[in-house]
Amino acid sequence: MDFDLMITSFPKLLGATVVTLKLLSASLFFGLFLGLFFAILRLNKNIFINKFAYGYSYIFRGTPLLVQIFIIYFGLGQIEYLRTTFLWVILKEPYWCAIIAFTLNTGAYTSEILRSAFQTIKPGIIEAGKSLGISNKIVFYKIQIPIAIRQSLPAYGNEIILMMKGTSLASTVTLMDLTGVAKYIISTTFKPIEVFIVAGGIYLFMTFIIHNVIKYLEKKYSFQQ
Amino acid sequence: MELLAFGKTGWGDELFYATLMTIAVSITAMLVGFFFALIFTPLKLSKYKTLNLVGNFYTTVIRGVPELLVIYLFFFGGSGAIMYVASIFGYYEYIEINAFVTGSMAIGIISGAYSTEVFRGAIQSIDKGQFEAAKVLGINKFGQFYKIILPQMLRLAIPNLSNVWQITLKDTSLISVTGLVEIMRQSYIAAGSTRDPLFFYSFAAVLYLLLTYVSMKLINKLEVRYSRGY
Repeated sequence: MDFDLMITSFPKLLGATVVTLKLLSASLFFGLFLGLFFAILRLNKNIFINKFAYGYSYIFRGTPLLVQIFIIYFGLGQIEYLRTTFLWVILKEPYWCAIIAFTLNTGAYTSEILRSAFQTIKPGIIEAGKSLGISNKIVFYKIQIPIAIRQSLPAYGNEIILMMKGTSLASTVTLMDLTGVAKYIISTTFKPIEVFIVAGGIYLFMTFIIHNVIKYLEKKYSFQQ
Repeated sequence: MELLAFGKTGWGDELFYATLMTIAVSITAMLVGFFFALIFTPLKLSKYKTLNLVGNFYTTVIRGVPELLVIYLFFFGGSGAIMYVASIFGYYEYIEINAFVTGSMAIGIISGAYSTEVFRGAIQSIDKGQFEAAKVLGINKFGQFYKIILPQMLRLAIPNLSNVWQITLKDTSLISVTGLVEIMRQSYIAAGSTRDPLFFYSFAAVLYLLLTYVSMKLINKLEVRYSRGY
């Protein structure tokens, strides 16, 4: 065991954790909206809209995240037309490509989580709202969405942890996130175990925090108080 | 389509073999995972706190750390660890482990953590009376598990194991960083030499979709088979 290496690499890895957290929070933020959007499309009665939303979530859940990042980072740059539009400003940056890929990926999982949450809401609750003369829109925003969020908290907590692990793939498109820096230190010092313990420890700590925050929220918003 | 031709002109045959490699790695990893689950599930269900701790440590660490980091640990640390063990037995030559073994071990350990959780859940949801009834009938320990618990457990475990299989299949794409030529690595090579990454990565995505689709269909059949009588 090389404890000196563990101590000297800790600040470097901690610095890289900031990149990981930035990627995670940005993709979760955009992914939540995307997921909500597609969950609503899934509940639409129009079969084409419905199938379109299903196709989106099926494709992004059925393929590895690595393929998705590579298609966006290496693949989209190949289209000449894109290079002339303003989108190129975003797509030439690996940072934004990673965020786009993560957003699309987590959006697909989130849409499934939210859809099943919406479907488990008892129809009686919606009917009660309607019979009180509340408009459809307000029933949706004030009744269905809050209940769906509560229902989907445990599953969404898992998704956050999965996404946090997913951000490690940003290192494959040259980003120096926690895993990227860990790999760099391993390949220069050839001390994989020490670096794994430190980097893995940081990841586990983040998992622990996320897990407990979700647990707290579940308790706070539980129906029986 | 020319790009996908078989033979020397296209990448069809290379991608075909790469797909077989992905399937082979996934199946090996899944089996390695079952092996680990076989060890760690009893630990997690044990009466003894220390054994519980060992079991929980395994599943928590593996499920809380990115797959890629575990793969790097095996990729950079694998041969070192083997050489260390070999040196105890007086063997000092350089040992190189092949990428297939490293990859399927790394993915296997990850898949094992998920399988352990699935088996633990399935065993815990079997009615306690089943264990007691089996004991009362004088069936030996092996028979209890093999004839009574296992068939009931499999029915409950298969839907969740199908999720583990999907995760494992998708995780194999990460082994491409170690240089094992599976779908992702082959697409990377093809994309590099033809300068057509969009096509090859999209094709890789299609191959993965095909694999997940076909395996879902097969697992559904299995599910029906193990739910006979319910």
